[in-house]
Amino acid sequence: MADALTAAYALRLGDDALILSHRLSEWVGHGPELEEDIALANTALDLLGQARLLLACAGEREGRGRDEDALAYGRDVLDFSNLLLVEQPNGDFAQTMMRQFLFDAYAVALWPRLSASRDEVLAGIAGKAAKEAAYHVEQSAAWVVRMGDGTEESHDRAQAGLDLLWPYAGEIFEADEVEAALAEKGIAVAPSALREHWQARVGPVLEEAGLAPPEGAGVRTGGRQGRHSEHLGHLLAEFQFMQRAYPGARW
Amino acid sequence: MSDSDRSGGNERDWPLFEVFIRARTGLHHRHCGSLHAADPEMALARARDVYTRRGEGTSIWVVASDRIFASDPADKDMLFEPAMSKVYRHPSFYDLPDDVENM
Repeated sequence: MADALTAAYALRLGDDALILSHRLSEWVGHGPELEEDIALANTALDLLGQARLLLACAGEREGRGRDEDALAYGRDVLDFSNLLLVEQPNGDFAQTMMRQFLFDAYAVALWPRLSASRDEVLAGIAGKAAKEAAYHVEQSAAWVVRMGDGTEESHDRAQAGLDLLWPYAGEIFEADEVEAALAEKGIAVAPSALREHWQARVGPVLEEAGLAPPEGAGVRTGGRQGRHSEHLGHLLAEFQFMQRAYPGARW
Repeated sequence: MSDSDRSGGNERDWPLFEVFIRARTGLHHRHCGSLHAADPEMALARARDVYTRRGEGTSIWVVASDRIFASDPADKDMLFEPAMSKVYRHPSFYDLPDDVENM
């Protein structure tokens, strides 16, 4: 059964990358500056590349003949296992960058450790993703500091983004039997092992930015098990429309 | 474009930077374009995203455009015309060995 578990794990990581990639792609043509527009698209493409590799891996391990496209375009909301964090709407640029930073701080902790996985395919994907994540987190952290420590308006917008998104960050460190069983085998990284690294990355940046996590905020979870916020359905409706309306359509 | 005034509004008031990319070790940095950024760090990051997306570079320089002191186009005749008639300054009176590249 190791393969079904690995398939589920790869699908979770792949869904994170796919959904966040789509969210960022929504900025294309709407970025606050031409250069920032291109930078957001670059990050979106990096994530899309990661998503393709991970979904292809998931499909292979699953062994039901589904390729990356079938998994991306052919599943319904309940079958997606991404973190709730990545499906949250873009909001303003501050909210987008805050979401990105909270995710990047996770990615930059995850990928280098997963690159030591006993599963060679996952290790290879992680090795490639680690380099991309290292750049992403530098950029998103720089924006969080720039806005948090900027004007009154940029500070307020960054703080509002943090207040909104902070409750979704706790889900990053949740594990169920999938991660637990695979971590035991040295295939997955136990999410709980990432918390310390994530906090060591996030804490100093927020402090430099003059931002504070909301007090007493609860933790919102459920994405890994397919219990999503209202936003994912709308995202998929747009993302999947073409393949649903014209199955198998090609350029 | 050298306007460094900060109104605090949403105007496009970021300064302009010139971008230089070195394609390979051993070659010169070459000017490849310009972009707007709030400071040199951001300019470097944006240059990476805008100008090296297809593996074009191994090194990037950025410089604020208003720090470049440029010759005046109106001085063209005075500055450059006199060199045109001095053919003896060109290495055209001997053969270059084929192995010499990038002359």
